[in-house]
Amino acid sequence: MLAQDMPHGTLPLLYTFHFYLFGLIAIVSALLFVTRKSPVAAALWLVNTMFSLAALYVMLDAQFIGAIQVLVYAGAIMVVFLFVIMLLNLGHGVIGDARGLGWKLTAGAVGLAILAQIFALTRASTAINLTLPAGYTAQQVEQTGAIAPIAGPLFNEYLLAFEVTSVLLLAAIVGAVVLGKQRGERDAG
Amino acid sequence: MLPLLQAATANTHPLTRTIAEWVWLVPLLPLLGFVINGVLSLAAAYHPGPADPGLAHDETTGGGASEHAHADHDTDGGATGNDHHPVARHRFSGLTSIVGPGVLILSFLLSAAIFLAMRGAGEISAPFVQRYFSWMPVGDMHIDAALQLDQLSMMMTLVVTGVGALIHIFSVGYMQDDPGYPRYFAYLNLFVFFMLLLVLGGNYPLVFIGWEGVGLCSYLLIGFWFSEKANADAGKKAFIVNRIGDFGFLIAMFMIFANMRTLDFTGVQQGAASLPVGGTLVTAICLFLFLGCVGKSAQIPLYVWLPDAMAGPTPVSALIHAATMVTAGVYLIARSSMLFSIAPVAQIVVVLIGALTAIFAASIGLKQWDIKKVLAYSTVSQLGYMFIGVGSGAYVTGLFHLVTHAFFKALLFLGSGSVIFALHRAYHHTGNHDDAQDMRNMGGLKTYMPVTFWLMWIATLAIAGIPPFAGFFSKDEILGALFARAQHSTIASAHLFGIPGSAWLYFAYLLGLVAAFMTAVYMTRMMIYTFHGPNRTGEKERGYLAEAPWIMTGPLVVLGILTAVGGWINLPEFAPLGRVGALEHWLDPVLGEPTARVIAGAGETSTGLEYGLVALAVLIAVGGIALAWTRLKPETLVPKREAPQEEGFEKVLINKYYVDEIYDEAIVEPVVGISRGLLWRGVDAGLIDGLGVNGSAYFARFVGWIGSQLQSGQLGTYAWVLVAGVLAVLGAFSIR
Amino acid sequence: MLAEALFFSAVLFTIGVFGVLIRRNAIIVFMCVELMLNAVNLTFVAFAQAYGAAGQVFVFFVMTVAAAEAAVGLAIIIALFRHRQTVNLQNINLLKG
Repeated sequence: MLAQDMPHGTLPLLYTFHFYLFGLIAIVSALLFVTRKSPVAAALWLVNTMFSLAALYVMLDAQFIGAIQVLVYAGAIMVVFLFVIMLLNLGHGVIGDARGLGWKLTAGAVGLAILAQIFALTRASTAINLTLPAGYTAQQVEQTGAIAPIAGPLFNEYLLAFEVTSVLLLAAIVGAVVLGKQRGERDAG
Repeated sequence: MLPLLQAATANTHPLTRTIAEWVWLVPLLPLLGFVINGVLSLAAAYHPGPADPGLAHDETTGGGASEHAHADHDTDGGATGNDHHPVARHRFSGLTSIVGPGVLILSFLLSAAIFLAMRGAGEISAPFVQRYFSWMPVGDMHIDAALQLDQLSMMMTLVVTGVGALIHIFSVGYMQDDPGYPRYFAYLNLFVFFMLLLVLGGNYPLVFIGWEGVGLCSYLLIGFWFSEKANADAGKKAFIVNRIGDFGFLIAMFMIFANMRTLDFTGVQQGAASLPVGGTLVTAICLFLFLGCVGKSAQIPLYVWLPDAMAGPTPVSALIHAATMVTAGVYLIARSSMLFSIAPVAQIVVVLIGALTAIFAASIGLKQWDIKKVLAYSTVSQLGYMFIGVGSGAYVTGLFHLVTHAFFKALLFLGSGSVIFALHRAYHHTGNHDDAQDMRNMGGLKTYMPVTFWLMWIATLAIAGIPPFAGFFSKDEILGALFARAQHSTIASAHLFGIPGSAWLYFAYLLGLVAAFMTAVYMTRMMIYTFHGPNRTGEKERGYLAEAPWIMTGPLVVLGILTAVGGWINLPEFAPLGRVGALEHWLDPVLGEPTARVIAGAGETSTGLEYGLVALAVLIAVGGIALAWTRLKPETLVPKREAPQEEGFEKVLINKYYVDEIYDEAIVEPVVGISRGLLWRGVDAGLIDGLGVNGSAYFARFVGWIGSQLQSGQLGTYAWVLVAGVLAVLGAFSIR
Repeated sequence: MLAEALFFSAVLFTIGVFGVLIRRNAIIVFMCVELMLNAVNLTFVAFAQAYGAAGQVFVFFVMTVAAAEAAVGLAIIIALFRHRQTVNLQNINLLKG
């Protein structure tokens, strides 16, 4: 049974309130992120979005993922972005970065279309057998800890993908180093 | 012997295992001659020897187009028709002189042997069909390459090979100084091959092959001296006008096949037995077949090519346009007699057009000055008589006239060829450029060319219908048969445009009589102006006028004998000079039944009436000759270059009733205009080139331009396209 | 809470698309792509709560790949900046043709 099918009375009101709060913060931050002229400001708003998403993850019984989100996404990836922005001295923002009004309206329409279609797709329903009983994940977390539900499948069913991902990271590191070299350095080293 | 696909008749046919099985060799010999002569002609063309004339030489030896052409146009505006050509003997003329006529003589001898075998085989009631290979097996249509040997095809084969051989021998002398000598014989042999295919063919498509082939050879031979544009134009005219008729023939074949699922003559005969008499279908088939005949045999309205065809060498005119090709139409009707005899309305049409053509052409012949043109119109007129014959259901009679006409018309043409040859030679010696074919330049030739003179008079009497010469029996029989059928026959009972058939037939009889009168007049006129009276050729040339060499006069003598006694192959009952009705008995197994069907049990015409009609015909002929003899004064004629212009009705006649001009204005100009304006500029250049070819290129470039706009190199554009794709995919899913 | 989470995810994704189409600064476009990835992560986590922990494993991998992609992509942008002295996408049209 999906949580949506349960009467809301079973969930604590505080829980619901906080859920909506963090969701709203995420969306507002995203909107602000998209509309900032300065790249640094935009990056910071994106960081804010990610924080609120981390909160949402925790509330959805994915505590480990929430922690990882903060550590990796907000803590590493966005930091790299900010490094690059500073490196290229783009901090002050280019004037007239976005396209014209007409483009914005069209993009908005396209966006709404995608939204609508996504919702049309969510009308689909899944088999009852696949759904877990309510609170199952929370129970698991209680019993075995937050990491165990991930670690289990990760090192059993998805072991191959795990190993391949390490290779992927290696390739990415090498690529980044090579691409980042200065002109003279590339030929020398 | 060639392997047979399947013996058409069981081994019980009287002709199996006789020489008749070699019938395939009869057309193949001339084909072999064509190949050999063609190779000789090409060999000399590509490897000219030291003695071969170059082009410059031709210009100066008295044959150059620039020198002669313009002086020699006839006043009637047709093709020049004169035999002006370069004079230089061909390198291989010796070999060609043997091969060309040789294959024809061999073919004739073989045909004669087969004929004797047929005579000796007793009663032959079924045709002897030899199938050699399966030619067109398509669906349920099986057309084999089959030759059919029966009494009718045998008779035609003898005429074609016999008269053909004589004309080939004549040509050896006539064309000996022409640089295109082997080419001439190649084409002539090819023509005989196709003509034999036509008469021996066992089904309509094979006959059609021969039909088209003789049309082709006619084109090649009419335009033999093609360096003069008028000759090439005459060749084109003949071919194109013929084509109109061929269209009719094709339609008729389609209709026959659609209804009878077969195109063999034996099959069609069986199929015709089940068709309703006088029905629309069989009438339509016969009318379309007749359209083909109108084209090939030069009847109204498609006769216009025949007078222009006189632009070819005179032996060609003798063979093709007198004795054989133009008679193919008559043969076709006789061959299709099982269809015609049950379509009385179509038969009325045939008789009517034949009669109208007879009188129309005869009237034009009264005022022509070119000797060959007179004979050309005479041919058209006599063909009209033949169609009266076969059209009225008297098939044997029409074919009888075909045979006798072949004799005396070939004799007339070859005789005129001798005359023209003599005048040419005379002009050549003195460097004169006058027209060697115009009768106003002749006159009094009987003293210089006595043999030709006497022989041509025999032919003239024959064509006029004076007994006991050939033409008398055949022409009289046609008119007599027409009169009998006007009184009682299936045709007389039928109606065309509401008028009863008997009225039409009597009308045709009247026209036939008038045409006979005119025939006598214009032929006598021709003889008087050419051979009698004072000589107008010129003082210097007179000394060179002489009889043609014996190689040319010899065939004339043979033809003269045939003309004299040829009529005796089908003597009527009231004149039992010999075996009565021999030809009719011979052709009875093939044509007896259709003839009887038309007569429909009429009683015998009374002997008194017969004698009366005969007497009337002879009287008319004698009257015509007498009129011409007394009224025409050759002394008043002047040579062509000093001749006065014609006036009044004479002018109309000499301009052939302006028919060519009318055709040109009414038909040719609009067609050319439409072709040029609409089809060429509009459809071809505009639609196909502009829209199709250029347009599709433009469209491809346009599509490419659109594509190129997507390759802007801008990342933003690519992002848009990507998102658009996502929308599309999502949309597909969500709608479903 | 599945429905609400999915709703948030969809909206975030749409905002990301909007940003990709509108902005001309290459780095900001890149960050919008990261936003889209995050939205998808939210979807996975929401489904993981209902259908099993495999969803969280997916998130794990998505994050790894996003990190690798960010590293390489930013290296490319740096190289491009060195060549063209600009990160404005409209001026980067080497693919034109």
